[in-house]
Amino acid sequence: MEQYLPLFFVGVIGFSLLTYIILDGYDLGVGILLSLAQDDEKDQMIASIGPFWDANETWIVFGVGVLLIAFPAAYGLVLTSLYIPATIMLIALVLRGVSFDFRAKARTQYRAMWNHLFAFGSVVAASSQGWMLGAYVMGLESTALRNTFALGIAVTLPALYVMLGCAWLLIKASGSLYAKAITWARWTVLPMGLGIFLISIATPMVSDVIADKWFSLPAAIGLLPIPISTMLAYAVIVWVLWHESLLEQGFAWLIFVGLVVICLMSALGLAYSIYPDIVINKMTIWETAASTASLKFTFYGVALTLPMILIYTVFIYRVFSGKATKLSYE
Amino acid sequence: MEFDPFLLSRIQFAANISFHILFPTISIGLCWILLFFRTRYTLSGDKEWEFAYYFWVRIFALTFAIGVVTGITMSFQFGTNWPGFMERAGNIAGPLLGYEVLTAFFLEASFLGIMLFGKDRVSNRVHLLATSLVAVGTTFSAFWILSLNSWMQTPTGYTIENGVMMVGSWWEIIFNPSFPYRLAHMVIASLLTSAFVVAGVSAYRISKNVDGPGTWKVLRTGICMAAILAPLQIFVGDLHGLNTLEHQPAKIAAIEAIWETESGAALSLFGLPSEADRTTHFNIELPRMASLILTHDLNGELQGLNEFEGEHPPVSPLYWSFRIMVGIGFMMLFVSWFVAYRLWRGTANTGLVLRVLTLMTYSGWVAVLAGWYVTEIGRQPWIVYGVMKTAEVVAEHSSGMVLSTLIAYLLLYAFLLVFYLLTIRYMASHPSRSKTSLEQRAQDNQSQESQADNAQIEGN
Ligand code: HDD
Ligand code: HEM
Ligand code: HEM
Repeated sequence: MEQYLPLFFVGVIGFSLLTYIILDGYDLGVGILLSLAQDDEKDQMIASIGPFWDANETWIVFGVGVLLIAFPAAYGLVLTSLYIPATIMLIALVLRGVSFDFRAKARTQYRAMWNHLFAFGSVVAASSQGWMLGAYVMGLESTALRNTFALGIAVTLPALYVMLGCAWLLIKASGSLYAKAITWARWTVLPMGLGIFLISIATPMVSDVIADKWFSLPAAIGLLPIPISTMLAYAVIVWVLWHESLLEQGFAWLIFVGLVVICLMSALGLAYSIYPDIVINKMTIWETAASTASLKFTFYGVALTLPMILIYTVFIYRVFSGKATKLSYE
Repeated sequence: MEFDPFLLSRIQFAANISFHILFPTISIGLCWILLFFRTRYTLSGDKEWEFAYYFWVRIFALTFAIGVVTGITMSFQFGTNWPGFMERAGNIAGPLLGYEVLTAFFLEASFLGIMLFGKDRVSNRVHLLATSLVAVGTTFSAFWILSLNSWMQTPTGYTIENGVMMVGSWWEIIFNPSFPYRLAHMVIASLLTSAFVVAGVSAYRISKNVDGPGTWKVLRTGICMAAILAPLQIFVGDLHGLNTLEHQPAKIAAIEAIWETESGAALSLFGLPSEADRTTHFNIELPRMASLILTHDLNGELQGLNEFEGEHPPVSPLYWSFRIMVGIGFMMLFVSWFVAYRLWRGTANTGLVLRVLTLMTYSGWVAVLAGWYVTEIGRQPWIVYGVMKTAEVVAEHSSGMVLSTLIAYLLLYAFLLVFYLLTIRYMASHPSRSKTSLEQRAQDNQSQESQADNAQIEGN
């Protein structure tokens, strides 16, 4: 059994980063959209993410934490190579997180400044995450071509977040904000789709390792479900978005689910491209795994607490289900 | 000028953790105080406790938010600047940090939502439970991170294979020799710091006549806590020092500026230690007291810095940080007892008392930072004491790169600190915003000003 521990932890890292992209994705997306809204709509937007954003961010702490626990050398290599984008992301996350609280508490005259910082921090955090993802997929090597690729993801990931944000608002918002969310989503869905399409094509072109994996024959057929489900999910999103009657009947959640499917499929595709390396062409999962004693000790912790965490996360989403209401500490 | 990237990485780490720790210190203590307010209200039905809760929960939310986001920075730091540390000590450090995320971070971050915004959506019971879970979460978090930090100070329970540290016994690692002292000292420090924040802000509110008489109840809570905890902290601090003497004698020699090993060593109160001259200038000292405090014997022998040539931490920063911490500790004792006495006699409502408490509002922060500087600078040049040197694990970045991120962080922190303090003052000088108290105040039809202010607040 013990030899499977590193695989288990790769799974946990993948799961938590995917969860992060979906959950913090929607609240970063809402943050990016903030500058497009009227003042009262801004309050509604903030109210819709208020009880959740903090727990959402914890998923990246967990993902990076597990990387550190299970693959300490990879953790060091990835983060030293991504020193600058990581720092930019951290500063952006700090600005965003604090603006959220300051805007409600500081003197009214500063409110506009905090709103701007909130939106700015969200945009910057989202694109630096995209950049880091791109650089990681390219095996942390920087050449002009690879940097262009990373840049592509730095633009596409925020678009995905914006879509998630819109989908979230379609579930949570009412009134004029709801109407705006539809417009925003319609504007974003095509560029986002295009971005994902281009990235999928570009990846094997830029990286031979990945090309070999995808285009050798038996594998290529086995992999077909990934692009197919992605396209189906995309079609559902577009369909629902342009059928307002469906939205009014409460099918907005289909958009969110469609996006989740797209994220999941991209993650699976990525995992397949990288396996069995942890950093492409540099380190394999087996080379960098921490000692078995450490992995075992953490395994018990994860096995015991992760289900509990998931249960109380669901509980909290249920407590705050339905349309967002004005935030109040009482 | 060319800076040493190693030095810059150290300064950056120190800046990040120093800024981070300010907020956990308040979060950990304030959360328990909030739980106390909520419980008092639930038991007695006294509205004043409810108002107190609503006023302080806003400050808590702000503090917690800054604590969370600066904490995220911390968890990336080990990778961006100290990759060697995780490569060589990751087998031990990793799981401890992991347990912190699993048992503490998710708990506090998740139930925070209910604690802050869920009052209308869950029963009073569940809300109280959520508040307790957040309090427990912050304290668990202190447990794990201090376990790791203490292990780095007094490592036990490990073996070394090919230069990599391996787990010998988790029990010995988690409950390493300095951990119980450090945990107790830090948790009390958090409670003391928040007690003074609560008392100080309340004193300010009373002196500005901002809210009703209920503020006195809050002030009394803070003072009672401080009056009990200040002596306890001094006691625990003494035990902590004895433990350090056993495991890190060089640190104690630097703290006390004992240059040569001697029996019946004097306790230096104030002076200017000089490493170049190996002496303390302008020394004011109490004969034999250092030996008495540290060995409980007037003639006890204390190892001096001469035993650790080239291996001991820098003397002046330790000497001064320690005196600042201890000085504030005694000041806290004095002030809290003095005010407690005045409260008991019913003569606390004077300008002097309120002024002193206001001035002491953030005194805990200074002591906490000073304390951590003693602990951490005192560990140098080691990152894991006696096993691994800090210089061996640093990332090889160019100094320009580290300098640029360092400057960015420093600007960010200065900006946030200013706004944090301004916002607390702003909140302190405005009436509590709870719905019920607003209605009441509208009825009382107090001053025009507070009316105008309420109108502004409706927007939130
Ligand atoms: C004694 C207490 C203490 C100390 C020494 C530290 N922290 Fe901390 N940290 C907390 C006490 C705390 C806390 C009380 O749990 C926080 C502070 C904000 C908050 O208010 O929760 C927190 C938040 C916090 C978070 C965000 C958690 C979340 O998402 O909810 C992270 C990732 C870290 N910390 C990481 C660190 C690291 C890597 C440290 C050391 C190098 C560190 N902290 C020192
Ligand atoms: C919470 C309050 C803390 C404060 C204020 C603090 C402060 C400091 C300071 C000032 C230094 C620099 C010392 C020097 O280089 O001369 C340092 C170093 C360090 N500390 Fe802490 N520390 C704290 C907690 C922790 C914890 C909990 C950990 C680990 C879990 C930790 C890990 C380290 C490491 C790895 C270094 C080495 C980097 C360096 O030398 O700068 N610290 N700390
Ligand atoms: C007045 C008597 C006090 C004594 C004798 C005392 C003693 C000590 C000692 C010896 C250390 C260093 C331990 C080591 O490096 O191994 C320390 C650290 C520390 N002190 Fe104090 N202390 C006192 C008061 C305070 C107060 C009032 C606070 C804060 C409110 C405080 C907060 C801290 C913190 C945060 C640390 C660093 C963490 C740790 O190592 O525990 N101390 N103290």
